[in-house]
Amino acid sequence: MTREPNTEAAAAPATLLDRGDSRVAHANSVGGAISAFFDRVRAGDLGSLPVIVGLVIIWTVFAGLNPVFLSPNNLVNLLFDCSTVGVIALGIVCVLMLGEIDLSVGSMSGVGSALIGVLWVNQGVPLILAITGALTLGAVIGSVYALLRTRLGMPSFVSTLAGLLALLGLQLYLLGSTGSINLPYGSGFVDFGQLLIMPAWVSYTLPLLPGLAILSKGLRTRAQRRSVNLSAGSIGALVFKVVVATVVLEAIVAYLNQGRGVPWMFGLFVLLVVVMNYALTRTKWGRSMTAVGGNAEAARRAGINVRRIYLSAFVLCSIFATLGGVLSSARLASASQQAGTGDVNLNAIAAAVIGGTSLFGGRGSAWSALLGIIVIQSIANGLTLLNLSSSLRYMITGGVLAIAVIVDSLARQSRVSHGRA
Amino acid sequence: MTSISPEPASRADPILSLHKVSKNFGAVSALTDIDLEIHAGEVVALVGDNGAGKSTLVKALAGVHQPTSGSIFFQGRPVTMNGPSDALDLGIATVFQDLALCENLDVVANIFLGQERNPWHLDEVAMEVRAWTLLNELAARIPSVRDVVASLSGGQRQTVAIARSLLLDPKIIMLDEPTAALGVAQTAEVLNLVERVREKGLGVIMISHNMEDVRAVADRIVVLRLGRNNGVFSPDASNEELVGAITGASDNAVSRRTGRIAEHMASGKNST
Ligand SMILES: Nc1ncnc2c1ncn2[C@@H]1O[C@H](COP(=O)(O)OP(=O)(O)OP(=O)(O)O)[C@@H](O)[C@H]1O
Ligand SMILES: [Mg+2]
Repeated sequence: MTREPNTEAAAAPATLLDRGDSRVAHANSVGGAISAFFDRVRAGDLGSLPVIVGLVIIWTVFAGLNPVFLSPNNLVNLLFDCSTVGVIALGIVCVLMLGEIDLSVGSMSGVGSALIGVLWVNQGVPLILAITGALTLGAVIGSVYALLRTRLGMPSFVSTLAGLLALLGLQLYLLGSTGSINLPYGSGFVDFGQLLIMPAWVSYTLPLLPGLAILSKGLRTRAQRRSVNLSAGSIGALVFKVVVATVVLEAIVAYLNQGRGVPWMFGLFVLLVVVMNYALTRTKWGRSMTAVGGNAEAARRAGINVRRIYLSAFVLCSIFATLGGVLSSARLASASQQAGTGDVNLNAIAAAVIGGTSLFGGRGSAWSALLGIIVIQSIANGLTLLNLSSSLRYMITGGVLAIAVIVDSLARQSRVSHGRA
Repeated sequence: MTSISPEPASRADPILSLHKVSKNFGAVSALTDIDLEIHAGEVVALVGDNGAGKSTLVKALAGVHQPTSGSIFFQGRPVTMNGPSDALDLGIATVFQDLALCENLDVVANIFLGQERNPWHLDEVAMEVRAWTLLNELAARIPSVRDVVASLSGGQRQTVAIARSLLLDPKIIMLDEPTAALGVAQTAEVLNLVERVREKGLGVIMISHNMEDVRAVADRIVVLRLGRNNGVFSPDASNEELVGAITGASDNAVSRRTGRIAEHMASGKNST
């Protein structure tokens, strides 16, 4: 009996360190990469796919109902609004990564904005010190949650629920009987929250950076992998990625520049997202966060200081919440009793979950805060344009959150059955 | 009960020694007054029935559990291990029975968990190369080290856990049932590995229910029963002796079964 030679093994570069197993199909071309992507999605590894699909649906519907929705200036407004709650959602991503929750981010942001009003406007403390003071208080509150969780084993949803009330009380106490402090119009701080737009040349230059970063990192990794005899991805796929990213970002900027342009505040938010994404994916700390979220006991046995990881997550979350409050006081030019109440809390948590960070811990990314908050603000903005009352807005946002959580748990079940954790 | 205590393989001071170590979980005393010594270049097999306290002992030495009483000496100095990182720092590496892997991380991330190269800018390429080297030493059959551990089979996971314990050049390796889920070739590789590790002068504690594997590599066989020392044997001790020490009686399920089979064969022969 004669045997056909194993064509697959013959075709593969036989000596590569990571291509020894002939059972695995490897995507070597752009087409292969695309079909591998569909396989991943079918197995429940959805990534940011649901949120992008959702965004397209939402934008199509609102654009159909009211053409103003997609006008450049409305989108610029949308970006201003995204930045404040988006920063809070970024903190929520940190605690969700560990499978924990912080329900007090709304009140925490309210305290942050109240502190700016009291310290900067009423007491005349320099703005930078007022902001530092607010962020420090955030760090203290976050470490209290972490201690309650790690030392007393108090579930974070209980401790932060208590914190929600206590911090709301602190906010009301700080603001006193007047209940609201106006921030001076014309100050750089309020301008930052309401007006400051990147000059055109900056806004066209910045979107080139991601492409350049992907390209240089990709080429360096390729060279490194080659030199140690590991498979390196195709250059076609890399260039394709760079071109798509650059073209899409430049197109978005060009469209926004038809209106007022790209807000600096949104730039700050995106910068924070990029930094957090780096920290979560490329540092030892980020690896430990994912590990603790996936299996805290295994992480402990690997020598990771689990308590410190909890501490860092809760502290970061509270600091981001306070920063979000500071930014929102600039956006509204006031520190009021309403700041941080209502839907801020829910929107921040919903944004992180809708963006694809799992409520069950161990899975998430900083980008989910960005994508999720754009979805949430699109809904809020679109419904406001339709003159719908906040009652309907709440119900619809609640519904979207429910859908996001359902997608999350279904995807999780599918991942479990496809062995993708 | 007959138990012989052969001379230890090396006359030098033990790397690790335990003196009257006890561990209670509430009312359950999982370990009572355990004495144990491991020398450099020695493989000690730890055997005993289910629930005898083998894993608890390993966990106490890995810093996962703190002993209720008793003392642990490492290279002659008394040590207290407040957490797993203390044990890792001393050079005690452990493959746990439940493996303790993070299912949501890929193989490379699991192998390097807690020991990543370049904390501020992870060196993924160097880590991947090292991971492949370790896995190839174990003859691992792992499709891709970039797959999450959740997608691996039980034996593949066990190989990953063993590879992880080798990463740090430890002084002592503790393997809690390392071959329970492994295939024929992989079991042989692990036993080879144990021998190679011994030649390098490391101490090995191996837990196994497979007497064949134990005899093949062990220099001493330490029996635990109901959380207590129940004899030390040399690998050429007879099966009855070992089984007797493990089950605590000369009349036990194993001896009854052997007896029954012998009887059956004898009567079968008579009838023909
Ligand atoms: N964390 C714990 N809390 C309470 N009891 C425990 C704990 N861990 C172990 N025990 C008890 O200690 C005893 C010894 O358990 P251990 O896991 O050490 O057994 P073992 O010898 O490893 O058994 P096996 O061969 O089944 O792995 C058992 O009675 C078990 O119920
Ligand atoms: Mg055990």
